[in-house]
Amino acid sequence: MPMPNTPFSRSDPPDPPPLITVRGLTFYRGDRAIFRDVDLDIQRGKVTAIMGPSGAGKTTLLRLIGGQIRPHAGRIEVDGACVHELGRRELYQLRKRMSMLFQSGALFTDLSVFDNVAFPLREHTRLSEALIRILVLMKLEAVGLRGARDLMPSELSGGMARRAALARSIALDPMMIMYDEPFSGQDPITMGVLIKLIRTLNDALGLTSIIVSHDVKETASIADYIYLLSEGSIVDHGSPQALERSRSAWVEQFLHALPDGPMSFHYPAAAYAQDLSLAQEPSP
Amino acid sequence: MIDGLRRLGRSTLFWLNRLGRATLFLLRLLSALPTLAKRPGLAIRQLYSVGVLSLPIIAMSGLFVGMVLGLQGYANLVDFGATSSLGRVVALSLARELGPVLAALLYAARAGSALTAEIGLMKATEQLSAMQMMAVDPFARVYAPRFVAGIIAMPLLAGIFTAVGILGGYFVAVQQLGVDSGAFWSQMQSTVKLFDDVINGVVIKSVVFGWVANWIAVFEGYDAIPTSEGISLATTRTVVNTSLVVLAVDFVLTALFFGV
Amino acid sequence: MGAFKKMELAVGVFVALGLAAFFMLAMKVSNIAELGEDKGYKVTARFENIGGLKVRAPVTLAGVRIGRVVGIGLDTHTYEAVVTLSIEPRYDRLPTDSSASILTSGVLGEQYVGLEPGGMDEYLKNGGALKLTQSALVLEKLIGHMLTNAVSGDNPPAKTP
Repeated sequence: MPMPNTPFSRSDPPDPPPLITVRGLTFYRGDRAIFRDVDLDIQRGKVTAIMGPSGAGKTTLLRLIGGQIRPHAGRIEVDGACVHELGRRELYQLRKRMSMLFQSGALFTDLSVFDNVAFPLREHTRLSEALIRILVLMKLEAVGLRGARDLMPSELSGGMARRAALARSIALDPMMIMYDEPFSGQDPITMGVLIKLIRTLNDALGLTSIIVSHDVKETASIADYIYLLSEGSIVDHGSPQALERSRSAWVEQFLHALPDGPMSFHYPAAAYAQDLSLAQEPSP
Repeated sequence: MIDGLRRLGRSTLFWLNRLGRATLFLLRLLSALPTLAKRPGLAIRQLYSVGVLSLPIIAMSGLFVGMVLGLQGYANLVDFGATSSLGRVVALSLARELGPVLAALLYAARAGSALTAEIGLMKATEQLSAMQMMAVDPFARVYAPRFVAGIIAMPLLAGIFTAVGILGGYFVAVQQLGVDSGAFWSQMQSTVKLFDDVINGVVIKSVVFGWVANWIAVFEGYDAIPTSEGISLATTRTVVNTSLVVLAVDFVLTALFFGV
Repeated sequence: MGAFKKMELAVGVFVALGLAAFFMLAMKVSNIAELGEDKGYKVTARFENIGGLKVRAPVTLAGVRIGRVVGIGLDTHTYEAVVTLSIEPRYDRLPTDSSASILTSGVLGEQYVGLEPGGMDEYLKNGGALKLTQSALVLEKLIGHMLTNAVSGDNPPAKTP
């Protein structure tokens, strides 16, 4: 698997402008702050991972970048355009160049695999059916599902469904793909396949990939840069090697899957002894 | 007491909020119609699933209702020696009221609930989200075709219900109960007025009910909480709310058209 | 896309069925025949009391329907009801001294205008008037009449020599 030779550290000279810049992002759900003044950069052509515990808001971040929800404060720019200030038509134009792979694949259940992959082509281009057929077969070949093209989504295994959805995401040759928990719940072989596909496609097609995941080992093995998100802010960020050397106890607990540390094992509760003895004594 | 009032106030606000959301949804849906007009195939496919597939239940129910009307009408008129009026009784009841209303209620139960469940499930499995991210407007591709197909299907189904019902009533009255066939049809023809009864009753009422039933069905799917429990609640709400609104609107329309 | 073609066919059949149902309702069930242009000639008749007579009520002669009531008005000078009848053109040999009565069809039925032919050789034309009329029997007046007769005892009603 190709790995960058030089660590991508914070002191490098500025590269071409990042594809996505997030500044001062603040987003609430009810009273809870999902994001509090968050800054992020997603560099072009790289695989950037956004990791953190469940419920940290990683999927919400993808939806904010995609313009499905609006931030309460802050600014998100994709390729120079401020996503949440676009009108509906410009937003849809931008979305044609973005692509998202949902956790469950989100294939259209009433269409076959072939028709699913052909969907964006039929909706957004005026290519002939013959050309579309060739393109679809090429995309399916890239993910290894060319032979499965006539199956219905209900006949696919979870891993195959995700690969089919991946083929659909690259149908229009987007500039970026966002992966929402691509590895969750997969068997080791499928996971290996997906890992390989994500990295290969990124490099072969010159894509920018954003992976949102809490599968540390798999994600870290292909990521060029990692952001660690927790409790509404970025705990740390850097290349996988830089984070490995981090002195933060939290980062260490997360990266090495330690059961106890800054993220406590115990849910907040009264003192143990007191709780047990409450059964015998009446409460004051 | 105060608590009860407070809860009443809160639920009123909740429903007003929903009504507002539903209206905005409808407006956005209507604005997507020109886009739909370029792809009529989408609506035709939906017309099959809400119209054609509802035919069996509508036709059978219409037949039974018509037959029951024949029986009940006969039982009531025979005491007055007025069984020759049976044709008119059956036709007016069906055309003015039972045809459009029952067809709408059956439609809500069969097609409306299916629409809500389908859209809710698409929402829960992120298919709608995926569509949005692929820069395809779900309003033009998913909601509008279903809404338009439903509005076309509703009057047709109500008409079929009414016609089959009258035939059922004829069968029971003339073949089974011995009412004079000529009297059955001629009394009917002299009393049932095309514009006042058929058009006002079956056509206009069913068009209005079609709006109501399909608007509620599609909106509830769109608004459903994307979990299995949420979808089940939304489907129930579709059937219940459509029934209530249809009956309430029926009262208004009946007073308007047939009131004295 | 064979499946789509079948679907289109089914939809076409469905719409056709719906339209056929409406057609049936229009033709067999309703009074679409009466919507035709009113080609009949108009004749008026005055009544003291029209009872429950309504516009579009039938006009019959010898039990056969020959026209409709097309208008009901009030003469504010004579306080009489003025009923306009439209008689179908083919029944153009109604003597001018024919009489019109307001009758009830059956016990619960609606009221209609029944004509009885007279004997004159002149026939009614458009704009003509029926002079002899019999008002509707108002049930309350009838009962009242019977009661007063009964109450006034065994007085024989009228002594005709």
